Amino acid sequence: MMFRKLGLAAVAAATLAGSVAATAPVAAQEQFVPLLVYRTGPYAPNGIPLADGFNDYMQLVNLRDGGIDGMKYAWEECETQYNNDRGVECYERLKGKGATGASIVNPYSTGITYALIERATNDKVPVLSMGYGRADASDGTVFPYVFTMPITYWAGADVMVQYAKKESGGSLEGKKIALVYHDSAYGKEPIATLERLSKEEGFQFSSYPVAHPGLEQKATWLQIGRQLRPDWVFMWGWGVMNSTAIKEAASVGFPMEKFIGIWWSGAEADVTPAGDSAKGYKSLNITGVGTEAPIFRDIEKMHADGKGLADKANIGTVLYNRALVNAFYYTEAIRVAQGEFGTKPLTGEQIQWGFERLDVTQEMIDNAGMTGLLSPVKITCADHEGGGSAVVQQWDGSKWSAITDFIAPRRDALRPAYEESAAQYAKEKGLTPRSCN
Amino acid sequence: MLYREAGQFKTSYSADQSIFPIRQDRIALVLFGLVAVLAVPALASNYFLETIFVPFLVFAMAAIGLNILTGYCGQLSLGTGGFMACGAFFSYKLAIAFPDLHIIVVFLLAGFGTAAVGVLFGVPSLRIKGFYLAVATLAAQFFLVWVFNKFGWWTNYSPSGVISAPPREIFPGFAVTGAQADPITKYLFLLAFVALLALMAKNLVRSSIGRSWMAIRDMDIAAEIIGIRPLWAKLSAFAVSSFYIGIAGALWAFVYTGSVEALAFQIDRSFQVLFMVIIGGLGSILGSFLGAAFIVLLPILLNNAPGLLGLRISVELISHLEFMIFGGLIIFFLIVEPHGLARLWQIGKEKLRLWPFPY
Repeated sequence: MMFRKLGLAAVAAATLAGSVAATAPVAAQEQFVPLLVYRTGPYAPNGIPLADGFNDYMQLVNLRDGGIDGMKYAWEECETQYNNDRGVECYERLKGKGATGASIVNPYSTGITYALIERATNDKVPVLSMGYGRADASDGTVFPYVFTMPITYWAGADVMVQYAKKESGGSLEGKKIALVYHDSAYGKEPIATLERLSKEEGFQFSSYPVAHPGLEQKATWLQIGRQLRPDWVFMWGWGVMNSTAIKEAASVGFPMEKFIGIWWSGAEADVTPAGDSAKGYKSLNITGVGTEAPIFRDIEKMHADGKGLADKANIGTVLYNRALVNAFYYTEAIRVAQGEFGTKPLTGEQIQWGFERLDVTQEMIDNAGMTGLLSPVKITCADHEGGGSAVVQQWDGSKWSAITDFIAPRRDALRPAYEESAAQYAKEKGLTPRSCN
Repeated sequence: MLYREAGQFKTSYSADQSIFPIRQDRIALVLFGLVAVLAVPALASNYFLETIFVPFLVFAMAAIGLNILTGYCGQLSLGTGGFMACGAFFSYKLAIAFPDLHIIVVFLLAGFGTAAVGVLFGVPSLRIKGFYLAVATLAAQFFLVWVFNKFGWWTNYSPSGVISAPPREIFPGFAVTGAQADPITKYLFLLAFVALLALMAKNLVRSSIGRSWMAIRDMDIAAEIIGIRPLWAKLSAFAVSSFYIGIAGALWAFVYTGSVEALAFQIDRSFQVLFMVIIGGLGSILGSFLGAAFIVLLPILLNNAPGLLGLRISVELISHLEFMIFGGLIIFFLIVEPHGLARLWQIGKEKLRLWPFPY
């Protein structure tokens, strides 16, 4: 009886609570950045260093420089659990906050990026999908608010093939390359590019989908290791799939030196669970590794003063560095936009203007203390990828180290593919691509 | 007091058989309708409309569909996600291939297509029951998602396998899909669409076909003996259920997220809808709405609560708290009333009708 009444009271209370709607105010004269993070859920080991990097960089800009030319950052995190619905919910929750609303969004999930492209374009909020999301969004005439710099998955596939070609003595003729991929939008991105390259370079290409979350790969690797015996294996994996693949590859005796992951398969969390078997495993990276860059001295000082926001153990990890570079990109874009619109909280539309005129030179990188962390990019109205490049890094059992310089993808062949795919999107959506002349 | 029925006489059969026989209920329904149609669009922010009311209505539709099959006909199904995927991909193909087709026609055709698929996967239900049927529908779940993931034709050979809803208008000038669509238009369209189909479902389950479903649910042999054909009853339940679920999938892809990949309709989605039906109340249309509200709205509310109360705690703690409180509430409600929230409401109403003289 008592229990029933309690139940009724709870229903009533829930109804009342549901009718309350309010939003917390954020200080007016600050540049607001929403942070879509995943500190919980299956991808938390990747999400935490990413979120930490963003927090630390913006904190550093606020404390060391007093903001971007005096305009401080304000930001708020929202937990997406790497879940697309939650990502949309978080975006909608945060987009109206701050002085001018969300000024930029970094979804850090290919699925959430897909879900946000249209919404953000409609709301005039730039989406910086740095090394993930839609590759064809590099065509700025169709996707004015999406930026894919410094490099896309398609370009990543090209870099891998270039590297494999060089290591194979200059030719891939007659070689066998297998792709192990997460069976999702993300994992499917490189297939078309690799198929095209297999015709051009003369290698035999086969692909192996791995069902989410990727814990069951025995059959896949038996097929690869015992039957196909490829010369190279490329991987588009994420989260627990990466370490599982490395373990399974080792158990069928596939040489780690011939196993290359994309930049989302090359963080510390991906290799450490595989233990010693991961030694020699390679992956691409779009940012530099380690803590040699001068900016880390400032970050260490900030942490010594007790002002740092990250977990100290994450500083200098692959994904932390990636978030630093990501935050550096939009900080510079905001700086460009401030030059035009003045030092005040800018709208997404104004920052998009800044992005399209962003020219990250080596000098700028050195001045920001980011030497070695990234390569120069130049964004234009039509080219939202900006001509970035990637390095190949190798795991030695305790740390990642770069084993090549930044390798530039062959964009003369990629660009028409972006344009063709973007044109199909525009046709389906009934969009008229804007003119960039 | 509230529910004093003195003086309410029924003078015709149709009055006796109406869905809401008590006058207070009818008044409440009209008030509720006015709030939903007038007050909500006027007062709620875009955030509330886009991310709370729209998914709630879409899920309510899916829950009605599953409730018809599991709650009314007693056939346990774990294929909801797969059927939602059918609706989403069918409507995508239809909308792209026939750009002039009206969006409502697209949704209905996608629903009919899903109904056909549902009948196909319902055939094993004639032989197997209970948990074994759940396993057979599980096959539908995995098979359908695999089909949409594997064959590029369904996504018009999109390199990533993601479909993106083309912009369509319900009346000239009022877009309901695509990024240009106004949240208020979307909400009102969904509200009308879901309300209409819910009314249809309510009347279906009160008709002879609905009674034959319930007879099969309660005891199939007895039902067969009194002249109900199990083939017809079970397959019609699968068809109607899949029709609703297919439309829910189409609405999910077109009106809610705008772009979707087959992975969005994984087995988790099936469980999510099944939990809505169980918590809301098996065999109740109202329960489908209550269950959808519980499963969709409560986590978002819990996640927002610390912010609304002005507490500054870290997002991971909020997230963990959300899971703990949500899990606790599920257990609490199931202990209080194993038959779901709809039953809780029904008991509460009975008590109010007798009040202040219980028993």
